[in-house]
Amino acid sequence: MKSKKAKATDEVTTEAVDLTQAPESNEYFVLRLYIAGLSPRSTLAVERIQRICDLYLAGRYELTVIDLFVNPEMARQAQIVVAPTLIKQSPSPKRLFIGDMSDEKKIFLGLNIVV
Amino acid sequence: MVESLIGGGHVGFFRLKERLISKTVGKNNYSVPGNLPKCTTGIQGLDEITTGGLPQGRPTLVCGSAGCGKTLLGIEFLVRGATLFNEPGVFIAFEETAEELAQNVRSLGFDLEALIEKKKLAVDYIYVERSEIEETGEYDLEALFIRLGFAIDSIGAKRIVLDTLETLFAGLPSPAILRSELRRLFRWLKEKGVTAIITAERGSGSFTRHGLEEYVSDCVLLLDHRVDGQISTRRLRIVKYRGSSHGTNEFPFLIDEGGISVFPITSLQRQHEASSERISIGVPALDAMLGGEGVYRGSSVLLSGTAGVGKTSLACHAADACCRRGERCLYIAFEEPEAQLLRNMRSIGLNLEPWVKKGLLRFHAARPTMNGLEMHLASIHKLVEGLKPSLVIVDPITNFISSGTVSEASSMMMRLVDYLKARQITTLLTNLNRNEGALEHTELDISSTIDTWLLLRDMELNGERNRGLYILKSRGMSHSNQIREFLLTDRGILLTEVYLGPDGVLTGSARLAQEAKEMATAAQRNQEIERKRGELSRRQQALEAQIAVLQLQFQTDKEEMERDIATEQVYLEKLEQGRQEMAFSRKAESNGAPGSFKKVRK
Repeated sequence: MKSKKAKATDEVTTEAVDLTQAPESNEYFVLRLYIAGLSPRSTLAVERIQRICDLYLAGRYELTVIDLFVNPEMARQAQIVVAPTLIKQSPSPKRLFIGDMSDEKKIFLGLNIVV
Repeated sequence: MVESLIGGGHVGFFRLKERLISKTVGKNNYSVPGNLPKCTTGIQGLDEITTGGLPQGRPTLVCGSAGCGKTLLGIEFLVRGATLFNEPGVFIAFEETAEELAQNVRSLGFDLEALIEKKKLAVDYIYVERSEIEETGEYDLEALFIRLGFAIDSIGAKRIVLDTLETLFAGLPSPAILRSELRRLFRWLKEKGVTAIITAERGSGSFTRHGLEEYVSDCVLLLDHRVDGQISTRRLRIVKYRGSSHGTNEFPFLIDEGGISVFPITSLQRQHEASSERISIGVPALDAMLGGEGVYRGSSVLLSGTAGVGKTSLACHAADACCRRGERCLYIAFEEPEAQLLRNMRSIGLNLEPWVKKGLLRFHAARPTMNGLEMHLASIHKLVEGLKPSLVIVDPITNFISSGTVSEASSMMMRLVDYLKARQITTLLTNLNRNEGALEHTELDISSTIDTWLLLRDMELNGERNRGLYILKSRGMSHSNQIREFLLTDRGILLTEVYLGPDGVLTGSARLAQEAKEMATAAQRNQEIERKRGELSRRQQALEAQIAVLQLQFQTDKEEMERDIATEQVYLEKLEQGRQEMAFSRKAESNGAPGSFKKVRK
């Protein structure tokens, strides 16, 4: 499957974060979603993550979707055991989300997104 | 009792083994045709007790508590596969990184890096950190399958080890999903056709903590590490092996610098050959008692006796005799260090040092409590393989009891004797008898495996203690039934006849006293004979003198008589002469007197 890249170029601010403000307001997110083929579960996960990113992280995220069937060596590199797995590379701390991404509350919590 | 139970089990197993091996002689992979195909592990002993190896193309569960050698078994399975059978393998590590793993097994002589370089081995470290993970819905382990598949395909692996899969339960949420996914994993492994080892921690009340034995149903091995009397022994048991016969006992195994060895490793040997060659035991008088030629080569000899009866000295004589023949001897000494033994033997005129220097005699001094029994057995195996001796002395075997229980020690001795016999190596064991109990008894109950049993005993009499030796049994040869006195002199061991008197056997000074008495009696007899001889000759002389006198008398008589006879004859002649002269003077017929007589009558 093709690697889908959605990169926001506008509104990127890199100046020091004001801690009194909500931390999610201006952080840049690097996300990787590892899926195993185009199973219904994979498709579901991709769609959901894409939707969350577009809704809440518009313009400040980078999402890479990697199909392990196409790139099996990536599973080893990224220490992936479970599919689908979403990895939040930055901002730290690193977080892993496994499953079909149906539990949005957990994703919001893990990504520090205030709905 | 104990011995017979254990012995019986072994015998049964050996028979099974022989039957199976005899069908497939000369094959590397000795699985029985038509039966389950098996994957030879190459681990010493494991292939024998599984009659050929692990089920090929199927997963095997290896379970046991921490530190029992699961990981090592897995690693050795892969390393042997890669080096001996050209079967590449994949190691999936859930607990150690590839570097740690390589480091840990380097001491066992396994060079994982080199194998990885040669594409004979792939190590994948799988790390799951629970604290980083959020579950956001249903998941599967497809990524793991991809990862395994990739590793397998990258080197064309035939073997795979998953160590320890159960850490996934700690790392991932939803055990229910995990369970069904693991079930799928085992099916997937079977489809892949790789022979797999899955290790798992021992759980309480079940073989594994998470019940993996329910999924892996083809073959389950249980490893155990038990400490008995402060000495640990590792054991392996085949809990189940679907579609194959297998040894059901707990087999001791050990991990040393050569990897894992499961015992009995002697079961590969078929029928022992029985040599009819006889070898000296180092004491000529003892050889003479043993049918004049000593013991059979490759037989087992037991020397038993209480403390200080000279077991070690006799054993050293046997070692000396062995080295004199130019053969090598391994002396396993549990009581004395080498230097002390050499010094002590010099005091009885036995200099073993040259043999040690020549490399014919090798001492292996060890404390029995230093190792468990299996370790002892393994180190003996190793020494025997290295030195290739024709005589192995274990002095004394009783000390093995302190390394384990009596039944373990006797089963170990039996295996040792078996192993040495199979290699035509003569075994000399000494057994220290405790003072209580019968002498004809060994604590290890190994008498049935012994071919020649020499009993050294001390005999107390008249306030002294002396040594006696006799042959309790010696299979296959006529042997003396005599008790001999056993003397340790500065010229070695001497065996002398003992005196059997009304008070029993006489030894030591009692024997000397008896000897003196007999000598005195003999001297007396000799004197008597001398005296009789003198008398005889005197009588002869008297007789001869008498004969001489008689002869002299006879001679005198004879001469006298002859003289008389002569006188008479002279008289008669004179008479005739006178008559003739008278006749002549009367002018009678010249013819003679008769005519004249006739004339006179007329």
